[in-house]
Amino acid sequence: MATKSLKAVGHDLAQTNKQLELLASGPFAQGDLPLFKDKITQSGQFPLRPKSLEILQINVGYMCNQVCAHCHVDAGPDRKEIMTRETMQQCLDVIKTTGAHTLDLTGGAPEMNPDFRWFVEKASAAGIKDFIVRSNLTIIRANKKYHDLPEFFAKHGVHVVSSLPHYTQGKTDKQRGDGVFNSSIEALKSLNRVGYGKPDSPLKLDLVYNPSGAFLPGDQKAMEQDFKKALWEDFGIEFHTLFTITNLPIARFLDYLVASGNFEDYMYALVDAYNPAAVSGVMCTNTLSVSWDGYLYDCDFNQMLGLKVASKAKHISQYQEDLLAERDIVISQHCYGCTAGAGSSCQGTVA
Amino acid sequence: MDNNYYDPADLRKFGKISDWSPELGEKFFDYYNSVFKEGALSAREKSLIALAVAHVVKCPYCIDAYTKDGLQKGITKEEMMEAVHAGAAIESGATLVHGVQMMNKYNKLSM
Repeated sequence: MATKSLKAVGHDLAQTNKQLELLASGPFAQGDLPLFKDKITQSGQFPLRPKSLEILQINVGYMCNQVCAHCHVDAGPDRKEIMTRETMQQCLDVIKTTGAHTLDLTGGAPEMNPDFRWFVEKASAAGIKDFIVRSNLTIIRANKKYHDLPEFFAKHGVHVVSSLPHYTQGKTDKQRGDGVFNSSIEALKSLNRVGYGKPDSPLKLDLVYNPSGAFLPGDQKAMEQDFKKALWEDFGIEFHTLFTITNLPIARFLDYLVASGNFEDYMYALVDAYNPAAVSGVMCTNTLSVSWDGYLYDCDFNQMLGLKVASKAKHISQYQEDLLAERDIVISQHCYGCTAGAGSSCQGTVA
Repeated sequence: MDNNYYDPADLRKFGKISDWSPELGEKFFDYYNSVFKEGALSAREKSLIALAVAHVVKCPYCIDAYTKDGLQKGITKEEMMEAVHAGAAIESGATLVHGVQMMNKYNKLSM
């Protein structure tokens, strides 16, 4: 299991241009697979345009206590990109006026940002309907100073969305590191204790499933039933909804695909599973992503590839919802990850 | 054409069998896809049956396909290996039960 980010070890794929080159190479360069642009042109969906904004997703920094093998952020303890309070204030100004009904904080481990609690307190008072924090669970058990996060989340009505790749220890630890499964189970129990995930509880606890390897996620509803049954029977844990998310070929997952000889097969699998109905529901059509340094992207994946929005308003300080609504969405071959099968987004399937 | 009988890349060309017989190909794939839908058996259970049969008929394409399908459905490696043993047990049992025929013949021919 890696302990350092690709960036820290100076890996080629830490450079976004190298990733984009790779995503246009092999079967795409040889014409065996169509470019994403050509594929959505065939189904009459190019250029991809935003619908009305529903979700503002803010990445408050790439620092994380884990170094997951599949991480598209290339997050880890060595990443120093952290959103400042000044940028958070600029985000708050937008949150107060936006038409978006959902605020979605992500990272890294967002809780590791030193101004995280300040930001949550301010943002939760800004009248957003659904306030999501994406928590990796282990952070809650990582250090005493995080032990009270469940109570803190409950106090501010935060909707917790947490990753758990499988309901068995082996698969979870292989993807996320030794000890992650047991620590995640403890964290889930602590969330349940304050009321998260209980049937009819307003304290929402959803889980995210990412495949632990070069394959696509199975049926979301069937997997949710398997997760619910196993977590309840083995640990007495409850949660609300399972979101299945396809791994996109970016950063560490891309590195894994190449190193394991799975890149070409995985891209074929994504293209074969292309679903035009998923294209119309992809999250970049209702989401804007803000990076730790305040730049705007069509999604968190484009953020990690350095593909800023194609708009005059490129930074949160220049935010204009109506101007941003006129942009075309920036695409590349990684987008096949969100249009495969039932589609994939930070809210699970879309089609 | 390559100098080998099996090429992993041929699996994704499976659909091409319809090119030379569209009507039968279409009927087959309709049937195939219907079989693996949720029914009285779950899609998960059918995937494990398919994996066991894939081993018994020794189809490398099917083994690749249903190992991947199992992973996609969250099936564990322990479940997959038990399914392979279920197939192997029937296969070896099918051989061994013929031992009764051998015994019958032996007894009939012996004084």
